[in-house]
Amino acid sequence: MTTLEQPTPLRSRRTAGSTASLQQGPSLHRAMRSVRRSWLKYTILTLAVLVSIFPFYWMFVVASNSNAVMSQFPPRVIPGPNFIENARLAIEGVPFVQALTNSFVVAATITVSVLFFSTMAGFAFAKMRFRGRGGLFTFVLGTMLVPQQLGLIPLFILMGYFGWVGELRAVIVPAMVTAFGVFWMRQVVAGSVPDELLEAARMDGCSIFGIVRHVVWPSVRPGAAVLGLYTFLFAWNDFLWPLVVLGNNPSNHTIQIALRTLSDTYYVNYSMVMAGTLLSVLPLMVAFVLFSRQMIAGAMEGAVKG
Amino acid sequence: MTAPTKVAAELTPDGTERQGRKSRPKLGRGPAHEEPWAPYLFISPFFILFAIFGVFTLGYTFWVSLHDWSLLGGMDSFTGIDNYVRLLDDPRFWKATVNTFSILLLSTVPQMIMALILAEILNDRLLKGPHLFRSGLLVPNITSVVAIAIVFQSLFARQNGLINAIIQLLGFEPLNWHAGRLSSHIAIASMVNWQFTGFNTLIFLAAIQAIPLSYYEAAMIDGANRFQRFTRITVPLLRPAILFAVVLSVIGQLQLFAQPLLFGAGAGSTSGGNDNQYLTILLYLYSQAFQQPFRFGYSAAIAWTLVLMSALAAALVFGVNALFDRREDRSEREHRKAMARRREVAR
Repeated sequence: MTTLEQPTPLRSRRTAGSTASLQQGPSLHRAMRSVRRSWLKYTILTLAVLVSIFPFYWMFVVASNSNAVMSQFPPRVIPGPNFIENARLAIEGVPFVQALTNSFVVAATITVSVLFFSTMAGFAFAKMRFRGRGGLFTFVLGTMLVPQQLGLIPLFILMGYFGWVGELRAVIVPAMVTAFGVFWMRQVVAGSVPDELLEAARMDGCSIFGIVRHVVWPSVRPGAAVLGLYTFLFAWNDFLWPLVVLGNNPSNHTIQIALRTLSDTYYVNYSMVMAGTLLSVLPLMVAFVLFSRQMIAGAMEGAVKG
Repeated sequence: MTAPTKVAAELTPDGTERQGRKSRPKLGRGPAHEEPWAPYLFISPFFILFAIFGVFTLGYTFWVSLHDWSLLGGMDSFTGIDNYVRLLDDPRFWKATVNTFSILLLSTVPQMIMALILAEILNDRLLKGPHLFRSGLLVPNITSVVAIAIVFQSLFARQNGLINAIIQLLGFEPLNWHAGRLSSHIAIASMVNWQFTGFNTLIFLAAIQAIPLSYYEAAMIDGANRFQRFTRITVPLLRPAILFAVVLSVIGQLQLFAQPLLFGAGAGSTSGGNDNQYLTILLYLYSQAFQQPFRFGYSAAIAWTLVLMSALAAALVFGVNALFDRREDRSEREHRKAMARRREVAR
């Protein structure tokens, strides 16, 4: 409707006469249109962000009200006073603290290990010359296409053979270095470590390990941080393989398995389940608030590099 | 070749380029090392792990799939392609396949369209608070699927679910989201859409920012409006990024597991609903292998079939992309011809 109404005042001004207003007309028109457009822009974006954030708000609403309150119609849409109570129930309902600790151990070990091995391999692929380098790197990229979930059954049989079923290392060891990590660090090293620096370090009699430690690592730290964040995130959120291999040993459950148990066992008590869920996403929320810039840059860079 | 050119060549991001150069230095004499064994030592952890947990497992999956094999009984007997034949006759497997592809479409299509629009809007240097919007959109992506599934499960609950409450307040009959086939697919697809739209938006935004501004300037001089610039410049030039995102989404959604599992929280949750109305392929695989009767051989056959389906689906996406390529070539040829004709007329 407004688009139709808009031109009228401009046309009337134009008929009124002077060349100045004639020139002013279109630009004013454009300015008004751009104001309207930016208003629409911000509305759409704000709506999208609200939709993104709403489930978290809802998590808190359910988790902070008693189950009885949430069962009324229409449901309460503002937070209530029962969060502590619900959280306590959730923590007592499943081995919650144990699961948080397990998840932290798993994710932290995987992250440190991925960073270490990927930096070494990425450095080798970016800066060293050796027979078969091109082919081997292509091979690394090719392995990214192999869907990992599908090795589920043999991996489980293999872990049984090792005697690792139910042990945290069954989750940690297969993830200690990833193709994506090697690829990412190769790009980071190639883009941030100047050859002159490597040559200079070499002249000064630095060993190859010294070079990695004193020259490569300090220059790649920002790029490595992004990889570290995402590696931790994926390890923390991983569900299927931990469920399969740790499922039979409740004391080694990760937080995701504990959540699933919580939701499966107490599904009638939404408030309690939601309190547990909220507690499980809290560490990641804190990390995201602290590192959102790196993570956004990482997602966007990842797209360009891919 | 002098030193400076060599350095420049070193810095090219693509490693293979350098090897083709005439002045290829001796092996093992890069700027960084003299020890010829060092690079092999550095890359070995990846290859060792991949040999054990990658190559071995895929090959072994195939081997297992040729046997009547269960967790309790161990390897029983070689049955050849029996498991695959049985799979093709298994109505539950087909139901799971249809469900998986239905959810895949319901999640990928709206997600890509929304992400494109949001990326176009975000691509504005004058936009205030870009970081706030970007991080707001990326938050769902860092949340675990388990947490997402739990929250959405409650939003879509028949009784006391927020969505049904809104439907009731608007004066309609509440829906039993879990019971219907399509309605449960919509609910599960909405979890996926919610989680990945923001991530794809950022991928598309990065790709849009890589498009040279001169293209848009030229189009503006030719009088193209904003919508035309979006459909004629942005979207065609974004095709590689869209292809990347669609392939990622297709391969990811074919492995849909946690969402349907948790959507059916409570009794019988691995069946994907009373009537398997939201059973997915991977959930079926899981329920066959890691629950009674622990049929490893059979689920290994499911796994290989799923690998095949992923490859086919990816090939289909690439095929559609090639089709677009050809159409574009044709329209470009026609455009050139038209221009040539116009020049003739002008003369």
